[in-house]
Amino acid sequence: MSVAPVAAPSRAETPIVVEATKEPRRFTLGSLPLNLALILLTIIWVVPTLGLLVSSFRPGFLISRTGWWTALAPPFQFTLQNYSDVLQTNNLFTSFINSLTIAIPATVMPIAIASFAAYAFAWMRFPLRNWLFLLLVGLLAVPLQMTLIPVLSLFKSLGLSGNFFGVWIAHTAYGLPFAIYLLRNFFGALPGDLFESAQIDGAGPVTMFFRLVLPLSVPALASLAIFQFLWTWNDLLVALVYLGGAPQFAPMTVTIANLVNSLGSGYELLTAAAFISMALPLVVFLALQRYFVRGMTAGAVKG
Amino acid sequence: MDIVRITFLVGAVVLVPAALIAYVLVTDLGVRLLPARTQPRIRPWLWILPSMLAVTVFLIYPTIATIWLSFLDKAGQTFVGLANYGEVLGDGGVLVSIRNNIFWLVGYTALVLVFGLILAVLADRVPYESAVKSLIFMPMAISFVAASVIWGFMFAYQPPGAPQTGTLNALLNLFHGSPIAWLIDHRTNNAALILVAVWVWTGFAMVITSAALKGIPPELLEAARVDGATELQVFFRVTVPLLAPTLTVIGTTLVIFALKAFDLVYVMTGGFYDTDVMARRMYGEMFNNQNFGTSAAIAMLLLLAVVPVLIFNLRRFQFQEAIR
Amino acid sequence: MHINSPGVLRNLALALVAVIGLAACGPGAGTSSGGGKTLHVLATWGGDEQKAFLAMVKPWEDRTGNHIAYEGTRDLNAVLTTRVSGGNPPDLAGLPGPGQMAEFAKAGKLIPLDSVVDMSQMNSQYAKSWIDLGSVNGKLYGIFIKAALKGLIWYDPKVVQAASVNISSSSPPKTWDDLTAIASQLKSAGKTPWCVGLESGAASGWPGTDWIEDLVLRSMGPDQYANWYQGKVKWTDPGIKAAWQKFGTVVSQSYGGKNFVLSTNFGKAGDPLFTSPPGCYLHHQASFITTFFQQDNPSVQPVTDFNFFGFPDINSQYTGSEEVAGDLFGMFKDSPEARDLIKYLTTPEAQQIWVSKGGALSPNKQVPLSKYPDQLSRQAGQIITSAKVTAFDASDNMPDAMNTAFWHGILDFVGDQSKLDSILANLDKVQADAYK
Repeated sequence: MSVAPVAAPSRAETPIVVEATKEPRRFTLGSLPLNLALILLTIIWVVPTLGLLVSSFRPGFLISRTGWWTALAPPFQFTLQNYSDVLQTNNLFTSFINSLTIAIPATVMPIAIASFAAYAFAWMRFPLRNWLFLLLVGLLAVPLQMTLIPVLSLFKSLGLSGNFFGVWIAHTAYGLPFAIYLLRNFFGALPGDLFESAQIDGAGPVTMFFRLVLPLSVPALASLAIFQFLWTWNDLLVALVYLGGAPQFAPMTVTIANLVNSLGSGYELLTAAAFISMALPLVVFLALQRYFVRGMTAGAVKG
Repeated sequence: MDIVRITFLVGAVVLVPAALIAYVLVTDLGVRLLPARTQPRIRPWLWILPSMLAVTVFLIYPTIATIWLSFLDKAGQTFVGLANYGEVLGDGGVLVSIRNNIFWLVGYTALVLVFGLILAVLADRVPYESAVKSLIFMPMAISFVAASVIWGFMFAYQPPGAPQTGTLNALLNLFHGSPIAWLIDHRTNNAALILVAVWVWTGFAMVITSAALKGIPPELLEAARVDGATELQVFFRVTVPLLAPTLTVIGTTLVIFALKAFDLVYVMTGGFYDTDVMARRMYGEMFNNQNFGTSAAIAMLLLLAVVPVLIFNLRRFQFQEAIR
Repeated sequence: MHINSPGVLRNLALALVAVIGLAACGPGAGTSSGGGKTLHVLATWGGDEQKAFLAMVKPWEDRTGNHIAYEGTRDLNAVLTTRVSGGNPPDLAGLPGPGQMAEFAKAGKLIPLDSVVDMSQMNSQYAKSWIDLGSVNGKLYGIFIKAALKGLIWYDPKVVQAASVNISSSSPPKTWDDLTAIASQLKSAGKTPWCVGLESGAASGWPGTDWIEDLVLRSMGPDQYANWYQGKVKWTDPGIKAAWQKFGTVVSQSYGGKNFVLSTNFGKAGDPLFTSPPGCYLHHQASFITTFFQQDNPSVQPVTDFNFFGFPDINSQYTGSEEVAGDLFGMFKDSPEARDLIKYLTTPEAQQIWVSKGGALSPNKQVPLSKYPDQLSRQAGQIITSAKVTAFDASDNMPDAMNTAFWHGILDFVGDQSKLDSILANLDKVQADAYK
């Protein structure tokens, strides 16, 4: 085992065989300001959400009359009415299932498709590679609304409108530019020597992809999964246009948006609905946190 | 429950990735039959084919349709050349929108990147990292409708002297300031909207930066410290350069999102009070004015504005290739 | 540390099984109600409105065995335009306004309803103006699901009496001059006469347009009013400018000043009526504001705590004109069931269902007034069916570009009243293009 002789942060010089070490937690004096800064920043970030949380336990007419912080002192006047109203909304459970039915495939499919493309862009040489990749990045800028009508006409002629398959493919395609962009970055950051020694051992691209790249890119895949799931879970327009918002298809975003009438009345229900709808993405986020671990590049290939 | 729907669900989640893997494996078998020299020439195209296909149908084809529409009149029938572009660029409101988009481009991108980076690096060093990351990430999990409700509460305005219902104005009151109508006042409204967007999106930058951070071998940092570098030096001389490719990705994505900023502006101010942005104008032209020609022209301008970003990315690739 | 590949796969598989299990045990959403057609209806109604509409169609569903799949969206314009242009229209839909209805009709996307509804019944049950509003070039394309009365001035009777102001439902101010005299009286007593609130997201400014419209209707008459929204009267016309100036005076006498007026949501703008001491005494708003009054101030009751009088006259020869608005509804895909539904929706039996739920008025003259849930809505319901002249909300009748510019103009004007001339000149410019 050799120690990494690092003078310049050049990837090519990092030897491959290193033991994974977890960075020791350093509780030196310097970490007090660090902790303080972090906690302060976090508190500032949380205040608006806290305001919403407190408001969700207040009756509608008080929310607009008085600031949310007044509820923290007596008389408290808390109520569960908002939550109970939202949870008893017609069709809430069905729309929850619909949201899952939309979001899960719409997360899995783009990640699968993008990984192969990202690997090709990162580690295979072919003509026009950079230009094609730039095209993909540029497509990130295409505004969603411009694609709705042409794609809907296409779906209509193919019979894909009003069923889940269409909305899955749509979300997949919309998510691909970012997915490929992100994954290519992470795949490309893997040390080249890894691949060289694997090739010497006789591994082909397919083996290297499944045995090397994917396991080492778990944090990247996890990040992508989080965001793709989140964006499809919170999507409203794509579902409304391609799937339709009829009760048996409506995702939660549609059902929640309909808690408020056309004049804006009933918005206090949105406070509770926001937390109810936020619950699952947060669970997904927490569940995927375990994949944000250090030292992925270590110990993968023995010398 | 629908048997059909369950089949669909299983199909999408299991069969599609399985089919994809099968596709790659099968085509690879075919590719191996070719002479060794041609293998690496054919294989990449097979690997990127599914993506390019999807993207062509859903993104490239509508874009070409849009380019074509931008040269047609309102109803999409007669060719009018560059008339739509002339109309759009000559509109005073559009110039204000462009100015606002530049505010977004600079303010939103910089703030999200910086906060995301700082939070990722700081959180990385504390045992309660998961808690911090979850709290900072939470605004991203909130749909933008809820975000606008939250910040509606934050920005609420009551006349001076009346008890304030908005958090920010209540704080101002505490410090004996007079309340500001954050979303109306031209001095503050763009900053207010950008602030909301930064609040939502910092979690995005933080999560991705965090993932990249975990990929930096700790020995590199350790060795630098052993060599006598201070924490700040380690951060700027080792960490940041190693994060540069990821920061480019995040930064590029943010810049593009800044150009496309729509939802927040539409819901909170409707683009009024000089807060309008290009994507909101495009929406207005398309759905309110039913003018497909001018809305397409605005979309084209947005796409053109992305080109400098792409050039920057190209330079970065070439740089990264060189040091690889 | 390795990622435990078998472990990951196992976890994923478990999660997948859980999801499928959930999906399997979930309520059967895909089951059809056994026979009967499903009609897709797209509209902007949510919350209590959605419940009211579903209650309205339920008797029809029970009778015919058909099923309504309702889709609500606040972005009706965007979704409807996209679905229609993309070849996937709903069977029936709420129409954003007469202007958009005309656009869809001219593009051939809407089905004419002349042969669908019983025209002789329509003519006897609805005043001509309502039928005309739903028509384009003489053919009927839209029917009204519900309506609202605009131009009402709300006040709290107890508070007004305590301030020794001479207003009551039996003796309201008859002319604009009477009203301004009352406002001055309040002002000299150190009180703020008016409450105005213009915020409404992407539609901010519309309550101000209602003000201007009421002023124009009563000072220039229904014919010039119609000419105006058809683009035949310039915004810089002295009569129109005078209306804006009157509105400007009201705003300068409003609670909270222009900042409050601009940043307060229209639904909350009337709340200062009920504070103690009251923040203001008069509030101009449509009939549907009552729901907002009661939501934000749970203890207030109609008649005792809030009441209204009609907008006073400016020019006595135009007495009896009322400004109204309503929700139009049309058919995009023809089918016997859709035709039957539209026909049903025009009948008094259907109309009175929503009416009884509150928050809506019906233009159908045969809806019994007893169906209205309280005295105030009954009064409004009577006014709307018996008014001499009903003028539809002008801004709803204008092309969308003009409408948006109108809202924008209101907001700019309240922000800086000295800019009135340039604002009106700009509106003229928009007018020149918008009506093509």
